[in-house]
Amino acid sequence: MEALYVIMAILLIVSFFFDRDKTIKSINRGKNKFMKILPGYLKLLVIISLVLLFSEDLIVEYLGNQNIILGSIMGLIIGSITMMPGFIAYPLAGVLLSRGVSFMVIAAFVTTLKMVGIVTYPVEKEYMGARATIYRNIASLIIAAIITISMGLFYGEVLF
Amino acid sequence: MKKKKTNNTSNYIIFGVFIGFLIVSRIINFELGIEMGENFWIFARDMILILPPAFIIIGLFEIWVDRETIENNFGESSGIKKHIYAILLAATTVGGTFVAFPVANSLYHKGADYSSIFTYITSASLVMIPMSIMEASILGLQFTLIRIGISLPLVVISSIILASLFQQYHYHLPSDV
Repeated sequence: MEALYVIMAILLIVSFFFDRDKTIKSINRGKNKFMKILPGYLKLLVIISLVLLFSEDLIVEYLGNQNIILGSIMGLIIGSITMMPGFIAYPLAGVLLSRGVSFMVIAAFVTTLKMVGIVTYPVEKEYMGARATIYRNIASLIIAAIITISMGLFYGEVLF
Repeated sequence: MKKKKTNNTSNYIIFGVFIGFLIVSRIINFELGIEMGENFWIFARDMILILPPAFIIIGLFEIWVDRETIENNFGESSGIKKHIYAILLAATTVGGTFVAFPVANSLYHKGADYSSIFTYITSASLVMIPMSIMEASILGLQFTLIRIGISLPLVVISSIILASLFQQYHYHLPSDV
């Protein structure tokens, strides 16, 4: 994260050195873009705070003790709906693993968690348009399902 | 445009009410509200720290980088190279998809084609370096390697398919955002 500030500072200094007006224009451009999308991000924050409230219990309850196929499907669904920072999601996945939950279920959950973003829809739609957002997320869900099956095969948890 | 404005205002109002609720919850010790406040802070802190510098860098990018550079590296004719660049850019994008969406839009308007920005966005959530290291340490390196190894080629293939689909639709990403 500090790196981001260092990069910004270096770029601004270099930019300022070459062209003062362009630098000011750049800062204004960034500021305007940020102000335009800010309400979208704020809405997102409200939605995430609500979703996180019940997702941890849901995960432990529904991914913890079920058969592997049902668990994987639940993993795909829960991972798509919720959103968590990595420092909560991975320790949680570690706990599930230590309780004997299969890699396949965990893979379903962690890949959709990252790739499929239902809660980020309001922001993604602003930048990508509704159609591209929906198509991209469906493609990501399919990829997540393929990864899930591959994990099951690789760890020898399912045999076809 | 008018509709957009009122929509924004209502978002600000919802947010204001929500913040008010979090504060009141703290005062009267309402547990559910306090927990929500903690969840809120996890993401809000990251956004407050990451978004302002990220948008300044996007502003610099839009003003300084010429269209030609982006067309040559991320454009339609640049073959597999654009996917490799998109993945490298994704791996180093701080802030994951929150930052990737506006970056993708700027890239598009500078001449990047669909398939490279789809690859970029999807891989921004897949290969972020710090997250992947954490994953490997908890779930095992093997898990992470399989996940990345299988997903990246699939992401590139799906991006190419989606891009050809959107070309048929004559689809354009929103501008002026």
